[in-house]
Amino acid sequence: MGDHLFEFLLRQGDNTLILSHRISEWCGHAPIIEEDIALANIALDLLGQTQMWLGLAAEVEGAGRSADDLAMLRDAWDFRNAILVERPNGDFGQTMMRQFLFDAYHVELLNRLANSTDERIAAIAAKSLKEVEYHFERSATTVIALGDGSEESHARMQAALDDQWTFAGELFETDAGDHALNDAGIAPLPSELRAGFNTRAIAVLGDATLNIPETTFAHSGGRSGKRHSEHLGHLLTQMQWLQRAYPGATW
Amino acid sequence: MVKTPDIDTVWQWLDQVPDPEIPVISLVDLGIVRDVAYQGDKLRITLSPTYSGCPATRVIEEDVRTAMRDHGIERLIINQQISPPWTTDWMSDKGKAKLQDYGIAPPSAKGQPEACPICGAGVVSLVSQFGSTPCKAHWRCEECRESFDYFKCI
Repeated sequence: MGDHLFEFLLRQGDNTLILSHRISEWCGHAPIIEEDIALANIALDLLGQTQMWLGLAAEVEGAGRSADDLAMLRDAWDFRNAILVERPNGDFGQTMMRQFLFDAYHVELLNRLANSTDERIAAIAAKSLKEVEYHFERSATTVIALGDGSEESHARMQAALDDQWTFAGELFETDAGDHALNDAGIAPLPSELRAGFNTRAIAVLGDATLNIPETTFAHSGGRSGKRHSEHLGHLLTQMQWLQRAYPGATW
Repeated sequence: MVKTPDIDTVWQWLDQVPDPEIPVISLVDLGIVRDVAYQGDKLRITLSPTYSGCPATRVIEEDVRTAMRDHGIERLIINQQISPPWTTDWMSDKGKAKLQDYGIAPPSAKGQPEACPICGAGVVSLVSQFGSTPCKAHWRCEECRESFDYFKCI
């Protein structure tokens, strides 16, 4: 169970860490200052959640590593985030569509984890949920505004959805470790979260006048660590360079 | 034997420690001090972080440590407690009134500002769901046209 739990915690912390880093790339570049600030704030929330998830992962592992070690000293093949969150930002519409898809999943997940039999997980989830509900509210509003907006914004949002829909499927991929945690009441099966996610997606994307692609194909390989996209390594060279170049550097 | 201050006194001291980002309110007003107790011969102060990524959390810990040292407390334990999660319901009425005077609309159960904190008009509109710190959103008054911060309700 210890290995499954460690893997599970890495998946949580790596999703929030990598998405946080991606969003923070917008800092100073967003279309308007309010969006710049909003994205930076969401990145900050996700980074705070990362500290809790990877902090617990380090504690569970019991190998003397810290949350910082896990974030800054692992290489691409040891990361367990879904491919969706490591994908490049693209335009603002693509960033917001990715955020919406992740937020819809994230709310469903945290709602369930808040009732985990592991009190440490339940506490982190309950704390994170308050922030993530707000993220969802914002990304849903933005997706609707842009999807049901001008001809140009609508076309870009439909393209973003077509591009990213097949990457959302991995969030619901379920393996033997997930079954072990589910049997112990620690975490839900990811596959069980799909129905709630679909309900949210259908409602919001409908209001956004966007069409959900019919394909059921799902990219895979991030949460297992077996086959990340080429983008993760490039991201890590940016995120980790200081600790790699100056090992042990502190503020 | 060294005289130890009673718990109420420590609470009063903590009520003098300002929030680093909104200095008009104290840590007690903000509702982040969960518990003050003695653990053996050490004073134990339990704090709840507001937002999980809030950069002020560490500064607050340092400020508490400094304030207690100024009052002669050397043996201090500071705990961070995330459960139950901090909520704006824990903010004191005194704190809410001070926010209002400072020009920040206090959190409201309505989920939006009750009124413009500058001119008092009731017609306000959202500019952005986020503001200058993680805990605030950006609103505008339709009457005096000033923009202002709203302390988000969580």
